[in-house]
Amino acid sequence: MTAYKSLVISVYLTLAFAIFPLFTFAQEHESPEEAEEEFNATEMIMHHIGDSHGWHFFGEGENSWTLPLPVILYTENGLVTFMSSEFHHDTEGEHVVEKDGMRFVNLHEDIYRLDADATAVEFDAEHHPLNASKPWDLSITKNVAAMFLTVILMILFFSVGLARHHKKNTHAPKGFNNVLETLVLFVRDEIAIPQLGEKKYMKFMPFLLTVFFFIWITNLMGLLPGAANVTGNIAVTVSLGLFTLVLILVNGNKDFWKHTFWMPGIPTWVKPILAIVEGAGLFIKPIALMIRLFANITAGHIIILSLIGLIFILEHAGVAGISVPFALFITVLELLVAFLQAFIFTILSALFIGMAVEEHEHH
Amino acid sequence: MELITPEFGLFFWQTIVFLVLLFIMAKFAWKPILNSVRNREQSINDALASAENARKEMQNLKADNDQLLKEARAERDAILKEARELKEKTIADASEEAKAKADKIVADAKRSIELEKQSAMAELKNQVAELSVEIAEKVLRKELSGKKEQHQMIEKMLGEAKLN
Repeated sequence: MTAYKSLVISVYLTLAFAIFPLFTFAQEHESPEEAEEEFNATEMIMHHIGDSHGWHFFGEGENSWTLPLPVILYTENGLVTFMSSEFHHDTEGEHVVEKDGMRFVNLHEDIYRLDADATAVEFDAEHHPLNASKPWDLSITKNVAAMFLTVILMILFFSVGLARHHKKNTHAPKGFNNVLETLVLFVRDEIAIPQLGEKKYMKFMPFLLTVFFFIWITNLMGLLPGAANVTGNIAVTVSLGLFTLVLILVNGNKDFWKHTFWMPGIPTWVKPILAIVEGAGLFIKPIALMIRLFANITAGHIIILSLIGLIFILEHAGVAGISVPFALFITVLELLVAFLQAFIFTILSALFIGMAVEEHEHH
Repeated sequence: MELITPEFGLFFWQTIVFLVLLFIMAKFAWKPILNSVRNREQSINDALASAENARKEMQNLKADNDQLLKEARAERDAILKEARELKEKTIADASEEAKAKADKIVADAKRSIELEKQSAMAELKNQVAELSVEIAEKVLRKELSGKKEQHQMIEKMLGEAKLN
């Protein structure tokens, strides 16, 4: 009975997630001044998978429900901070914010600093600003805020939850803590130990566990309506991939470097060729990691958004009858992908690190 | 914000956030969790090993018990057998003794019967002899009541003695 109940609840929840964006777009396009405007699917999708300086939930313009987030800019005159709400939801570079004697505009979520004498942005033929330049943008954007949320969740789940249980008890935890522990053990027994070996896995467990749960929880959070697309952002995956690269470079042993740049057991004239290939491979591996995660997560979001967008492109509510079940199907699939990508990123990181620290038996 | 151009700000924050998260989780979550899990696994393994040992010990004990039981049973059987033998021997001995005693009694009885018989015969003979003597006396007295008869007799006796 409870199993049936929870199934029904989860189906409803998933349905809600799939349909939710529909309402938000519907509302966006019901507002009078934009009702006439042509629906631009690409713009809508890019807006939803991209980062932004405020956390927009629903609504349009001044009436929208948007969580203002701090904008932090590093200019040659020092740090400048203000809330994103000062742009008044403008992303076309029209609303100028004056701060510390400098003028800033938000142009498609890029913050530009206007030149000293300018009061409005001027564009060239390709819509590039002529009289403005980009300062270093260290803002707490929607993605950074979502990242903080993941961090808070992880600390709550593991430090406050599971670790506290373990400090007090020696027996296995129950309920949610047990689920978490099973997952921790999954990372240890299915990822770390097979790839790194019994002797060396402990050193890399903190990284592997952190990266696994960070990616997975962030992926799942990204499936919630109104959530950010953090792991589908190339900057995030580049950072994560670089961590793996640094771990490979720092922990690579003598054997590893020898096998990379002067492969034993092959004719000497092949060695330089292989060194080039292996040397390139050293960087291609983490690059593949960052592209895989970014592309998979972004693709999932694009598919769901495209299916929902179909309703507005075809301008017929009946399309929802097809679009919504499809979007629901993809959303469920994305739940799997969320786990799968976290798993793949972690296991490949472990594999690459494992190759770098492996003790070769000498031939 | 382009799709495939990494934003510096986000990269910056991701790196900082991840490093801080890594530090916090390593210190306050993963280390205590993994240590505790390892300790628990160790204790489970120990418990399993000791259970296995106990099982083996039990088995040994049971085997010992069985051995003991078997020995005890064998001993009992031996004792019983000995007792039975003893009993049989005792019975055999007793019956033999009894037979010997009986034989002796019978033999004694026979002998005493013989003796009695002999003494009875002897007495009988004596009696017969006495009786004969008396009869002979009486007969003689009657036969030798006259002188003639006495002479006749003496002559006859003398005649007989000459013959010898």
